[in-house]
Amino acid sequence: MRTGSTVNRRTAALLPLVAFLAALPSMAPAFFINFVMTQTLMLGLAAATIVFLAKYGGMVSLAQFLLFGVAGFMYGNAALEAGSRGLNLGWHPWAAVASALAVTTAAAFALGALASRTTGLYYLMLTLVYAVIGYFVFAQITEISGPSGITSIERPELLAAPVSLYYTALGLSVLAYIGFRALGRTAFGLALQGVRDDPVRMASLGFNVPLHRTLAFALGGFVAGLGGLVNVWWNGQIDPASIGIGPTLILLIIAVIGGVSHFEGAWLGAFVYVLMFTYLRDLPLIDRIGITEARFNTVIGAIVLLIMVLSPQGLAGIADRLRRRLPRPRRPGAERPAKTTGRLTRAELIDE
Amino acid sequence: MIATRRRLPALCAAAVAVAAAVWVLFLATDTPAGTAVEHPGAFAVTVLDAVTFAGLLFVAASGFTLIFGLMRTVNMAHGSLFLLAAYVAIGVQQAMVGKTRNIDAAEVGIADWLVPMLVGAAAAAVVGTVIQQAFLQWNEGQELRQALITLAITVVLADQMLREFGGLAQRMVWPGAVTHFITIFGQRYATTRLFMLGVAVVIGVLLWLWLDRTRLGMIVRAGVDDRQMVRGLGINIRLVFAVVFFAGAFLAGVGGVLGASFAGAAPGTDGAWLLNALVVVIIGGLGSLKGAAAGSLLYGTVVAFSPVYLPSQYSFYAIILTFGLLALVLAVRPYGLYGRPA
Repeated sequence: MRTGSTVNRRTAALLPLVAFLAALPSMAPAFFINFVMTQTLMLGLAAATIVFLAKYGGMVSLAQFLLFGVAGFMYGNAALEAGSRGLNLGWHPWAAVASALAVTTAAAFALGALASRTTGLYYLMLTLVYAVIGYFVFAQITEISGPSGITSIERPELLAAPVSLYYTALGLSVLAYIGFRALGRTAFGLALQGVRDDPVRMASLGFNVPLHRTLAFALGGFVAGLGGLVNVWWNGQIDPASIGIGPTLILLIIAVIGGVSHFEGAWLGAFVYVLMFTYLRDLPLIDRIGITEARFNTVIGAIVLLIMVLSPQGLAGIADRLRRRLPRPRRPGAERPAKTTGRLTRAELIDE
Repeated sequence: MIATRRRLPALCAAAVAVAAAVWVLFLATDTPAGTAVEHPGAFAVTVLDAVTFAGLLFVAASGFTLIFGLMRTVNMAHGSLFLLAAYVAIGVQQAMVGKTRNIDAAEVGIADWLVPMLVGAAAAAVVGTVIQQAFLQWNEGQELRQALITLAITVVLADQMLREFGGLAQRMVWPGAVTHFITIFGQRYATTRLFMLGVAVVIGVLLWLWLDRTRLGMIVRAGVDDRQMVRGLGINIRLVFAVVFFAGAFLAGVGGVLGASFAGAAPGTDGAWLLNALVVVIIGGLGSLKGAAAGSLLYGTVVAFSPVYLPSQYSFYAIILTFGLLALVLAVRPYGLYGRPA
């Protein structure tokens, strides 16, 4: 259980970081802002929904990237005029945004309701099945995905400048971070954490366990949809291959690199991933040791493997552990019990 | 009242099943196959397609469910082992026949198929055992961590196989002795599919004999029920784990070779077959061989029937029926037909 001071300290630490990020476009090259940072923020936003579901609900979901893609496809279908691919509904961009978010949230609600009686490994497998079936749905039903993706998708005029997309992603990320953390202390958030720890007890106390899981999943879907909208504006196009099993795993990998039990970890993991994806090929001598751009997945897989073997809590967990090592006055009894064995239960992997 | 509400999902499932049967038998006039009453040939072929594909599904999923049943490990690398065995077997077959492309079925003897299959499956089994010994054995019981570790291994293996075997689809060639056509209700049907079903049945019977009639199988079944008790009886369960993982990976490999003969092997096959195995075990229930068989049959039926019995202009929507099957089963039994809460 975190004390109030920790919460305040974290919020206080957030302010300078946000100020720094807001000022970044005037300091850094445009490529870094519009490519690296925008991508980091939108992938972080999507990965944060994995963290949210895992941390509060004990549900490790692989369907978040599908919902990310659903929002993109729906926006593309709704916003484009006749003559292009997809349904060409030709709606006003903001109407398209609203409809995309509505469809994504509704889809998340339905999928979440279907999965709401399972947890743990079953949840992981079921959501992986969602992700792959969702990919096949978009790949086969070309009416809604265009023969090979929906292309030349325009942003709303308000976001025409490239840097405005960065600010959009930044604003949404900050909102999601604060919102998710605040949600953890609301009645719903506390009940959700109770459901995670002991569903039987919560059910006997009168809480509707499946409903809590479903609502959490729908909320996660909504936020993932926001990320998906930024993604489709950023890319200008979306095709079924971009929501296949590969990208789905990448999003989980981002959450795992950062640490599945830390909201910061989502953006941290996304930053590490995008940095590696962008700059790994530029490192001197890197192709001499057999790591070329084409073998990128091997590198990223090996890193995840290493993280999972060494510390399942990811980079944020490692940072946390280092911070705990620093001598700091503590109340007696506030110490965590020392881990005597290397065993780690699911609750520990998920819990903070 | 409460009893009715409890039974409601089951009643719905039954109603859907009846409706589907009525549709296929009498109403499906505007579909590629036509109604079963008017076109029994197309119906018979579809049934055979369903059963033979279910055989392949069973082989692929049985290893997955066997490993989970004993060790509670969700082996996400199952699809990678499937594809690895396929590639290895294709390489061995090409070496044995002495040609790398345009191999004709007539040039392939039974041994030219059987030996590559065993080599490929053994390769998958060895790699699987190495994965288990190096990455899974020491963190037993941490299910989620194990699942994520095997996912990471999947990413690495997929990339390395792309480097090693290239991105083009390759195909294993069935032995010439089984490559014929038979006639059923005036429709030609490939005997290779029946051969595939035969292999699957043989494997299913062997698996049942092993688990039900041998001492080791008895220990495995005891381990599924209570691992600590088996350990307490002085049985080296670590060794049993290794053997079962070997067997599970071997089964994945056999499935991979069958799959490569049936539909070829290419990057992405691993993900597709991980999906197939997952769907089967989610429907059938994790850890249960009976469940794997039932899940394979149900899923195979939906996969075979949905493209030909949907109205012609809606054939693309077949994939949604897979999802519908999943939804139906999970609504009635959240842990699958024969599953129990983990």
